[in-house]
Amino acid sequence: MDDIKMRVSGVEKSFPGVKALSNIDFAVRKGTVHALCGENGAGKSTLMKIIMGIYKADRGQIFIDEKPVEIKNPIQAKDLGISMIAQELNYVPELSVEENLFLGRLPVNGFGKVDWRRVRREAISFLREEGLSYAPDQKLKSLTVSDIQMLEIIKAITNNSQIIIMDEPTSSITDREVGLLFDKIAELKAKGVSIIYISHKMNEVFRIADDITVLRDGSVVSTDRACDLDLDTVIQRMVGRKIANVYPKEEVPIGDMALEIKNLEREGIFEDISFHVKKGEIVGFAGLVGAGRTETMRAIFGLDRYDRGQVLIDGREERLGSPEESIKKGLIMLSENRREEGIIPPRSVEENASLAALRNYIFGGFAHRRKERQDVGDMFRKMNVKAPSMETEISKLSGGNQQKVLLARWMLCDPKIMILDEPTRGIDVGAKFEIYKLMTDMVSEGRAVVMVSSELPELIGMCDRIYIMCRGRITGCIEKDDFTQEAIMRFATGVADMGGK
Amino acid sequence: MKTNVSHYLQKYSIYIVLVAMFICCSLLSPYFLNTNNLINVSRQLSVGMLIAYGEMLLIISGFLDLSVGSVLALSGVLSVSAYQSTGSMAVALLVALTVGVACNLVNAFFVGNCNVPAFIATLGMQQAARGIALYYTNGQNILQLGDFVNIGRGMVGPIPVPVILVIVVTAVVWYMLNNTRYGRSIYAIGGNRNAAEASGINSRRSIYKSYIINGLLVGLAGMIFMARNNSGLPNGAVGYEMTGLTAAIVGGTSFTGGIGTVGGTVAGAFIIGFLENVMNLMGVNAYIQQIVQGSIIVLAVTFDVLNSQKKTKKVIIAKEQPAGSGNKPKSPSAK
Repeated sequence: MDDIKMRVSGVEKSFPGVKALSNIDFAVRKGTVHALCGENGAGKSTLMKIIMGIYKADRGQIFIDEKPVEIKNPIQAKDLGISMIAQELNYVPELSVEENLFLGRLPVNGFGKVDWRRVRREAISFLREEGLSYAPDQKLKSLTVSDIQMLEIIKAITNNSQIIIMDEPTSSITDREVGLLFDKIAELKAKGVSIIYISHKMNEVFRIADDITVLRDGSVVSTDRACDLDLDTVIQRMVGRKIANVYPKEEVPIGDMALEIKNLEREGIFEDISFHVKKGEIVGFAGLVGAGRTETMRAIFGLDRYDRGQVLIDGREERLGSPEESIKKGLIMLSENRREEGIIPPRSVEENASLAALRNYIFGGFAHRRKERQDVGDMFRKMNVKAPSMETEISKLSGGNQQKVLLARWMLCDPKIMILDEPTRGIDVGAKFEIYKLMTDMVSEGRAVVMVSSELPELIGMCDRIYIMCRGRITGCIEKDDFTQEAIMRFATGVADMGGK
Repeated sequence: MKTNVSHYLQKYSIYIVLVAMFICCSLLSPYFLNTNNLINVSRQLSVGMLIAYGEMLLIISGFLDLSVGSVLALSGVLSVSAYQSTGSMAVALLVALTVGVACNLVNAFFVGNCNVPAFIATLGMQQAARGIALYYTNGQNILQLGDFVNIGRGMVGPIPVPVILVIVVTAVVWYMLNNTRYGRSIYAIGGNRNAAEASGINSRRSIYKSYIINGLLVGLAGMIFMARNNSGLPNGAVGYEMTGLTAAIVGGTSFTGGIGTVGGTVAGAFIIGFLENVMNLMGVNAYIQQIVQGSIIVLAVTFDVLNSQKKTKKVIIAKEQPAGSGNKPKSPSAK
């Protein structure tokens, strides 16, 4: 039989008012990748935090090499050879690459002085071994998110970990780096390291997982060999129901021109950006991370400036200097960065939802609280937002529900044009489907939608037309009938270029 | 059910502390529960509360003002001097408010336009405003204010004039915070400035408003302060920013921004006021009093920080109820 590296037995955990995990049994074999699938809120993160000693389980036992262990804090976890690459990266931007690599375990000599020579030597050899090109004394903040992600992974490896937990490791890295990561994982497996892999991206899971465990509502639904499963089965088990149609795209009548961009340019960031969206259309923006899609959209929305070019709304040129003006003109943008530019963590879901449409609820010197609550409540019901109450702080909701609250914030403004930047990033399959459904509703109400996404299947499934950007320019535009992943990737990587026509 | 009880206990803990404080004080000193004494406490609190509201608005927005004491002294002496040369209370009031606002426009400019940390910008103003006050008066106190003192010492029936002013201001600040776009905006800006701006909120405008309101409050406080002392004191009110900050923070205004209420700040001010008063009544050494007050501000912030840490750990992970389920008194009604 296979060696069981780690086993979790009968683990339970409750939070005030909520049972997060009930009777979890879960075993990871030595030298394998064990994928953990489940919707947001299924209990994956809680389980991982218990393994890492961040939370204490109410009941249950963890075994490593079949010996019972007690893990009270992350340091003990590290000593037992467990490390975790968290979804939210832990790093110190002001410190150098090498300092971050050795964070918390800098080698010291007998007098307590840091052995910087050794640090440098080991850092250089690691970086070289991993084929990473940055200097060990470079500050971490000068690196891109994907570089940092790779560093985190290397850091976990240098800890001599026997078990590595990866929580959504590919959420912010490019496809090429995903390839690198998977090579790395294969290497680790060969060395006998076990990996617990958490991801919403099913194709990745099926590419690398040996075993797949599905969690739902805090319980294990099933554990199987990956080769015995198929994608539909896993998704079904995750959501507990059959999703009939992954992309609920509907044909809606296409109306007049809603948004037209002509030759937009910001020096050094993007140039010669021209595209248009009609009422009822969903227009996609594909491209690799760093292609300038978000920067372009921010400039259109008025969050950043642009140097040249025209923005036309309903055929009239507008100079939108700030989000405030854009919202008044009926143009909104859902940020890709839910935590940094979306939610107001300490405030209630209600306040978060009504924030952008405040002038509809506070005018003439009075606050119209009842109307506000009514509208927000209606919108939440329409969007199926799940929150314990209107007063609940938004930071207490799952990612998918937070995203729906933010969409509600924008829908309450009754916008004509909606720019949605990575609207489904980091949320579970069920919530994704609901958001696609909402997008369909939006366009059927005559709104125009621009969707920026790094997930090609959703662009292909939802859009009427896709523009592809590469290095700050639109390199291609494909109509619905000609969508293929290969064609998009050729433009995105700069292999093909039709010069924005 | 149980979580609901603890939720309400936590939400109203400051008022429970206030009531407990009140009971303790009445037990500790026989003179405490005396109408004259209580009126006296509220009169003493008036300046501190005006300042506390200003600091509260700024802390909610994610900023603060360390220049309060100096700007208060400057607007106070200029107001006194305007009164002496014109004999008009209206002119004196206008001068006090204008000076308070002017100094805070400078604060707002550096904080809002130049992104100088509020700590530094207002620390500079603290020095500068004190300097102007001393320069203008040549370091001399202005004595004998005549009828000017009424704004600090006068009575309407049994109630002191400054107490009436504070009650009016309290109502106005409460209304602003809860029923205006400005109020809602500063909660959002303090909670997450980038998100607020991306939602179409003009954060610079709100920062200016917060400092301007703070300036008005400080100007008014300056007049009351000088009137209560019956002199223009260019060296007065040193460290009053700390009085205001303490009241706001003890009252649950969170230094991380985005959290704070008028009720909490009033309670905070009274908790400190009662404490100070009872220590005086019991004849506690003034130096000891200072030690106690220093400890309180640190304890209040410690409490706040521990509390918010506990909250972030308590993130609800599973089994959320639909918002529209309607089985809770606080959920939206479906009619």
